[in-house]
Amino acid sequence: MKFKTHLLPEFIVKRDEDRCTRCKVCVKQCPFGVHSYDEENDRIISREELCVGCQRCVVYCPENALIVEPYPGGYRPNEYWTGEYIRDIKKQSESGGVILTSTGAQRRLKIYWDHILLNASQVTNPSIDPLREPMELRTFLGRKPDALEIEYEGEDVKIKTELYPNLLIETPILFAGMSYGAISYNAFKSLAMAAKEFGTLFNTGEGGLPREMREEFKDCTIVQCASGRFGVDPEYLNSAAAIEIKIGQGAKPGIGGHLPGEKVSADISATRMIPEGTDALSPAPHHDIYSIEDLSMLIYALKEATNYEKPVCVKIAAVHNVAAIASGIVRAGADIVAIDGFRGGTGATPKIMREHVGIPVELALAAVDQRLREERIRHKCSIIVGGGIRCAADVAKAVALGADAVYIGTAALIALGCTMCQRCHTGKCAWGICTQDPKLSKRLNPKVGAQRLVNLLRGWSLELKDVLGGMGINAIESLRGNRDHLRGVGLEEWELEVLGIKGAGE
Amino acid sequence: MLPVVFRDAFLEGVRKIDELIEHASIEGDVAKIDASRLNHKEVNDLMRECVLKGAKKLILKNVCGQRYIGTRLHLPEGKKVEIEIYGTPGNDLGAFLDGHRIVLHGNAQDGVGNTMNDGEIVVEGRAGDVVAMAMRGGKIFIRDDVGYRTAIHMKQYMDKIPVLVVGGTSQDFLGEYMAGGMVILLGLTLEKLKHRAYYIGTGMHGGVIYLRGEVEKYQLGKEVGVVDMEEEDWKTLEKHVGEFSSYFGYDADEILAEKFMKLLPLTKRPYGRIYTY
Repeated sequence: MKFKTHLLPEFIVKRDEDRCTRCKVCVKQCPFGVHSYDEENDRIISREELCVGCQRCVVYCPENALIVEPYPGGYRPNEYWTGEYIRDIKKQSESGGVILTSTGAQRRLKIYWDHILLNASQVTNPSIDPLREPMELRTFLGRKPDALEIEYEGEDVKIKTELYPNLLIETPILFAGMSYGAISYNAFKSLAMAAKEFGTLFNTGEGGLPREMREEFKDCTIVQCASGRFGVDPEYLNSAAAIEIKIGQGAKPGIGGHLPGEKVSADISATRMIPEGTDALSPAPHHDIYSIEDLSMLIYALKEATNYEKPVCVKIAAVHNVAAIASGIVRAGADIVAIDGFRGGTGATPKIMREHVGIPVELALAAVDQRLREERIRHKCSIIVGGGIRCAADVAKAVALGADAVYIGTAALIALGCTMCQRCHTGKCAWGICTQDPKLSKRLNPKVGAQRLVNLLRGWSLELKDVLGGMGINAIESLRGNRDHLRGVGLEEWELEVLGIKGAGE
Repeated sequence: MLPVVFRDAFLEGVRKIDELIEHASIEGDVAKIDASRLNHKEVNDLMRECVLKGAKKLILKNVCGQRYIGTRLHLPEGKKVEIEIYGTPGNDLGAFLDGHRIVLHGNAQDGVGNTMNDGEIVVEGRAGDVVAMAMRGGKIFIRDDVGYRTAIHMKQYMDKIPVLVVGGTSQDFLGEYMAGGMVILLGLTLEKLKHRAYYIGTGMHGGVIYLRGEVEKYQLGKEVGVVDMEEEDWKTLEKHVGEFSSYFGYDADEILAEKFMKLLPLTKRPYGRIYTY
C-alpha cells in the first residue's frame, strides 16, 4: 500500500538567490537528488525532504550561496516524545521495517571522557618541554614475556628469552576495521597509505584485502577474520602484520552484518570471493566458536596458518561482564584484545542495536584493565580500545585508563570528508567514502585522503606529547594504566570506583 | 590479589624441533612421523620441517587428538603434499588447507576443512560438527555420517567451487547460511532413506545441496526450495559420486539409482526486505 508520508523534512536548504549564478555545481554534487535546475524560470529548485544534511553542496558552492540547516519546524516540544521518536514511529508505520542507520550511537548518555580530567605537574615534579626533549610515543602491541633473561657476551647484551611477535607503531593510534565494501576503494586505500607513511596500522575489516595491495601494505595491515570469513585464505592471512578475529562490534554487538547485494560489485566480489550481486551475510556468531575453548581453537588455527609469526587480536564489543570475557580471551591465547565501545561506528546497523546495546568503552576499558591486573595476566596481552575516540585528549585518557593504543574509525573518516550525516547504509555518500558508485568514490583522491589522515595523526601525536610533557613524563609507557593522572568530575561513587580514579580535589 | 594461574595449554611443554626430529624418518620424499606423545604444535612443527626438507608425502601414525593437521603447510613456493593419517586427529583437520591432499584412515572430529581453500580431504569414517565450515575450494569426502552445522557458510567464487560429499547423513543445520559450493548427502548409513536433520539450508543464499533419499518440507529452512533434477545435475553427481565410490569401494550406479532431491536457495538475498531507511 502506498501512503502519503507523514514525515517532516529533516533539513532546510536556504539559497541566496542574489549570489546563486545557476552554475549547477550543487545539482551535480548532490547524490540524493535534492537540487535540480528549472530551465523555464532559470532557477535551482531544492527538494529538502530528500536532503540528508551532508553539506557537500554547501562546501562546493563557489558563491557561498547555500546554507543547509536542521528543519526549523517541528512538533509540539515534548521532553519525552521527542521529534526523533515520533519520526521513527511514523517511518515504521509506513514501512514495517527495522530502522537501519549508520555511524555510532548518538543519544544523550553520559560521556565519561568529558567527566575525566588530566593532570599536570606543578612545582613538585617538573614538567617537560616536548619541543626540546624527546618524547616517546612508540608502542609495541602483543604478548610480553613474564620476565626477561639477559645474556652478556663481552660488550654485547642479548635478550635470551624467546619473545612473542609484537607490532611496532609510532603512535598509539591505529585505524579501526572498516571493510572495502562498507567504504570505497579510495577510502580504504587512503587509510592504508596513511598507516604506512606514519608508521601505524590499518585494519581491513572483514571484506578481504585486494590482491594488488598485499605486497605494498603487508607491514601495516591488520587483516580481519570475522564470522563471514570473506576473502580469508592462507595467502590473505599471511599478507598482514597481524590478524584480528572479530567477535563483535560496538555499533551492533551480538548481531552479524549484511552487505546488501547491490553493493557487491565485480571488484568487491573478487576481494570477498563471493559471486557478484549476492548479499554478503556475516552470521551473528562464528559458527565454530561457541565457547572460550572454541575461540582458543580459532586463535591457534590462525597462528598455525601463519607459522606463529603474527600476533592475533580478538575484537569484542563492550558489553556486560566484559572483564570476565576479556580474561577468557587472554587465556584463550590472544595477543591483543580490542574493545569497541557502544559509540563505535558502522556502515549499517539497526538503530535499536546502535542506540541501546553495549556499554561505554571508558567503563569497559577500566574494568578489563583492572581485572587483568588482578589476575596478573595484564602483560599477556595488549589492549586496544575504540568506539568514539574524538580527540587526542580521549586518547590520553584511554591510555591512562589502561589502553595500549586506540582504534579510530569515525574520526579517520571525518578527516577524509565525512560530515556524520549517517547515510552510509544508502551507499550514496556524497564525499566518496561510504559508496561503491565509481562516480562518487572518485571524489576522494587516495593521495589527498592519506595526507589528511597523516596530518590528523601528526596533530594528535603532537598534542599527546604536550600532555605527557605537562605531566612530567616522557614516554607513553609511563602513562599507561597510570590512573593517578586522572580525576573525575560530576561522577557518582560507583562510577569513580569502576573507573578506578579519584574525584577532582582528592 | 588472586594467585597467578595461567596455563597456555596449547604451547605448554612444546619441545624444540631438534628434540622432535627423532619422531620422524625421511626416506626419499616420503616422511614417516610417529605422532604418539607429540602435542598439537609438535606434530605440525615436525610436518613442516619434513616438507621443508623435501618430503612430498607424509605418513602420520598413532595420531590421537592433535589439531590443525595440514594447516601449517602454507608454503611460499606453493608446494603441495600428500598426507596419510592413521588414528584419530583432533579438531580442525585441514583447517585453511591450501591445496594439499589428506587421507585419513579413521574418524575425524569437529571442524574438518574449516575455511579450507583448496585440496582434498578423504575421511574413511565419520566426522564431527562444522565440517566444511566456510570452505571456499577443494573437495571433502566423508565415508559415513557428519555432525551438526555441516557446510555452514560454504562459499564459491568463479571457478572455485567447493564440494563436500557425505556418505551417510547429517545432523541439524546442514548448509546453514550457505553462500555457494555443493553438498552431496548420500544417506548410505540410513536404513530407510529418510534424513533426520532439521533446519536444512536455513539462510542459504547460494550453492546447491543434493540429498539422496527424502526429507520432509518441515525439515527445510524457509529460504530453500526443492527443484527438479535435470540432466546436468545427474552428470555432476556422476562425477562426484563416482569419485566417492572409488575411494570407499561403493558401486556408483547403485547409489545413483535412488531418488535424489535438489535444494536451491529461493533468493540470493534472503534478508533484503526487512529494513527501512
